Amino acid sequence: MADISVKESAPKWKFPFKIKIENRVDNPPRWLSPVLSLAAVVIALLIGALVIWIAGGDPWAAYTHIAKYSLGSWGVLSDTMVKAIPLMLVGLACSIAFRMKLWNIGAEGQFFLGAFGASMVVLLPVLPMEAPKWQFILVSAGFGMFFGALWGFVPGFLKARYNVNEIISTLMMNYIAIEWNNYFIYGVWSESGFQMSRMFQRNAWLPRLSDLAKRWPFFGGLTTHFGIVFAVVAALILWWVLSKSRWGYEIRLIGDNPRAAEYAGISIKKNIVLVMIVSGALAGLAGASEIMGVVHRLQGAISPGYGYTGIIIAWLAKLNPLAVILASILFGALILAGREVQPSGIPTLIQGLIMVFLIASDFFYRNRVRITRKVED
Amino acid sequence: MDIEKSTDELVVQMQSITKKFPGVVANDQVDFELRKGEVHALLGENGAGKSTLMNVLAGLYKAESGSITVHGKPANFGSPREAIEAGIGMVHQHFMLVPSQSVTENILLGLDEPRFRMRLTEYNHRVAEMADKYGLHVDPDAKVWQLSVGEQQRVEILKMLYRGADVLIMDEPTAVLAPSEIDELFNTLRSMTDQGKSIVFISHKLHEVMEISDRVTVLQKGKVTSSGLYTKDVSRADLAHLMVGREVVFRVEKKEVQVGDVVLDVKGLEALNDKGIKSLNGVSINVREGEIVGLAGVAGNGQNELAEALVGLREAIEGSVTVNDQDVTNKPVKLGIRHGISLIPADRAKVGTAPNLSVTENVIMKNYDQKPIANGWRVNKKEAGKYATGLKEAYDIIVPTIDTSVRLLSGGNLQKVILAREISSEPKFMVAVQPTRGLDVGAIEGVQKLLLSQRESGAAVLLISEELEELLSLSDRIYVIYEGEIMGEIDDGDIDKIGQMMTGTPLEQIGKEGVN
Repeated sequence: MADISVKESAPKWKFPFKIKIENRVDNPPRWLSPVLSLAAVVIALLIGALVIWIAGGDPWAAYTHIAKYSLGSWGVLSDTMVKAIPLMLVGLACSIAFRMKLWNIGAEGQFFLGAFGASMVVLLPVLPMEAPKWQFILVSAGFGMFFGALWGFVPGFLKARYNVNEIISTLMMNYIAIEWNNYFIYGVWSESGFQMSRMFQRNAWLPRLSDLAKRWPFFGGLTTHFGIVFAVVAALILWWVLSKSRWGYEIRLIGDNPRAAEYAGISIKKNIVLVMIVSGALAGLAGASEIMGVVHRLQGAISPGYGYTGIIIAWLAKLNPLAVILASILFGALILAGREVQPSGIPTLIQGLIMVFLIASDFFYRNRVRITRKVED
Repeated sequence: MDIEKSTDELVVQMQSITKKFPGVVANDQVDFELRKGEVHALLGENGAGKSTLMNVLAGLYKAESGSITVHGKPANFGSPREAIEAGIGMVHQHFMLVPSQSVTENILLGLDEPRFRMRLTEYNHRVAEMADKYGLHVDPDAKVWQLSVGEQQRVEILKMLYRGADVLIMDEPTAVLAPSEIDELFNTLRSMTDQGKSIVFISHKLHEVMEISDRVTVLQKGKVTSSGLYTKDVSRADLAHLMVGREVVFRVEKKEVQVGDVVLDVKGLEALNDKGIKSLNGVSINVREGEIVGLAGVAGNGQNELAEALVGLREAIEGSVTVNDQDVTNKPVKLGIRHGISLIPADRAKVGTAPNLSVTENVIMKNYDQKPIANGWRVNKKEAGKYATGLKEAYDIIVPTIDTSVRLLSGGNLQKVILAREISSEPKFMVAVQPTRGLDVGAIEGVQKLLLSQRESGAAVLLISEELEELLSLSDRIYVIYEGEIMGEIDDGDIDKIGQMMTGTPLEQIGKEGVN
């Protein structure tokens, strides 16, 4: 409880309102959670605007520029979606883990391993050079998911078996994953000494909207690739699993009270491993789709920290898989068009601010703020 | 009563202390006095108000009324710091030590000296000297996490002595110790009193009180039943009687029920507690159809471990548990649930329910994977809702909607949610641990009726409780557990015998030590 009053000399003037903070004693209304997420974004943008203004820029112009170059035409919207696809998948990966209060911050590493797995299909090769496209789509997605899952399984198993803190282990495994990839691009699969593999042959690429341009000229030049199907299907499946299925119920129960779950006969260890596998597989799929859909070769800089951005997206979406889609598009826009404003500074700042305000907004979810008129006593 | 010693200096005098908590009077006009150089035991059951009284003395609580004098001067401590300045130090049941720091560092923690540089070697010496003086052997340089529980306790005592305490309050100091450590503790206490310290020894274990104390004050439900008796003048039986008392037992209406076959059969069960110490030692009990069997005992004597071992939440290292001739020893919890085993856990909020999930999601905890609530891989929300609505009405759970999070429910309603869930699974065998603790009278009656209805419908119920009245009024027979062992079985409600068994006398030995 906090009383805010301002003292002034005669005539005695008192701050006429009382601000009271109390614990919520009922369920917060349904609209509150999305409104708070939105508010976090808006406040972050406002502070971003302030920074731009102080730096001597025109915030309005900057933001309209961002909006125009991320959502303003079909072309840029398509590019925004390209950025959003890996974000959706890693956002989902974080969401399922966080639902069980498993802090998987290793989506970045699982993403890299997924990229590695998919590249393997072309470079090892698993499939012959001239195999049909659909085989490449399925097999590279499968390999990406498998390797991502493997990278999730290890910390999951360590936590279940030896109670190793998953925050540390997943974080550390990110570095291993990146170095693992480096080994292959510097050595094994290096193309004539460059730190990258050879370009994949075209029939291994994920189909893009522009591939349809022959029949429908409208799609000409649009870069959105088949990964969007992976992401949306994954979001729908995950939504169904989390909110409708028996397994989803177990995950939520463990997330809310592991001791109650144990008492209800639900195996926590088994679920830790399973959830980490699924989480890793989703992040791995993100890596696979990025490699096969955008980069088309294995190289070093394939992620501007997608795995970490996925954490913010999961929170912004309040761990709801369908909301992850929307949050990812927002962040996709911010990453894509933000570069037009400044390569790193402001857009990253806004991302960070969103995260801070999201965490802070939880206070308003749990507490009710009452402002009442002070009664003269 | 001899008064030769009463000329000894009074160190502490507490007069008509009253301390209330919401809904309970923890101390009701309690008098207590402590003389220089004595070990004064404060005996009573859990919740009798022993710790409360001493927390008042140590400055942790403020009493509503009453007066305290220390060394003849009126005292009213606002904080433990003030109490320790007046020479009163309390060693709590749960140690307050920093594991990663050394003994000396822990002892110096929070003091004004040393100011900036720790000068640890110098202080190590001082600590070692002090430890030697009282026989509290512990290496000043050792890190606390490396120490045994007994050694940690010594650090706590040293902490108080270092701050100049001449009155030491030991809150159930033996609860965490192994038998050999207890002997050592007693030696230390003796050497401290020899050097003029005075000790309050809080306990509910009669044999320890008999062994270590000079005098004893007995509390029962916040009131003193006997004040400052010389321990050598009383017998264990007397003390047990003073501690447990004899009340008019309120009998709930209990129908005659035909007792059937043995449902729960436990043989030689042994299990470890969370700290890895054996807390069940050869427990053999049985419960038959249509029977409520009580398990009496002071808290922490293995009751929780037993309940957990019975339902599969705790590993049995020895012995067997069978339910309806099915061996369920160390079987998965889920298998137990399928065999009709049900548990009403002691901790409603931390074990029994998931606070942020709805009433519906909480009542389906045990049958979410059974038809009709489970539909293939799916949880059928409609069926779950119907089920929850049915339970809400049948058990009169007061809640706005079945979608409300259970953390918003009152204790009584939360317990109804748990009971509704457990009873509706039609258990063959139910363990209820402290099912009425913390509930108001109306809710208590409701819970007791539900337990009786289980008995009438032919279930076997094991009721674990610290409320003797409740056990006596509900149970058909009562086992008493003490330090993980069954002391005996009573079916005539002889409260004196129960009291003696609760404090560590096996049934077959009762009456053998002679009547005082």
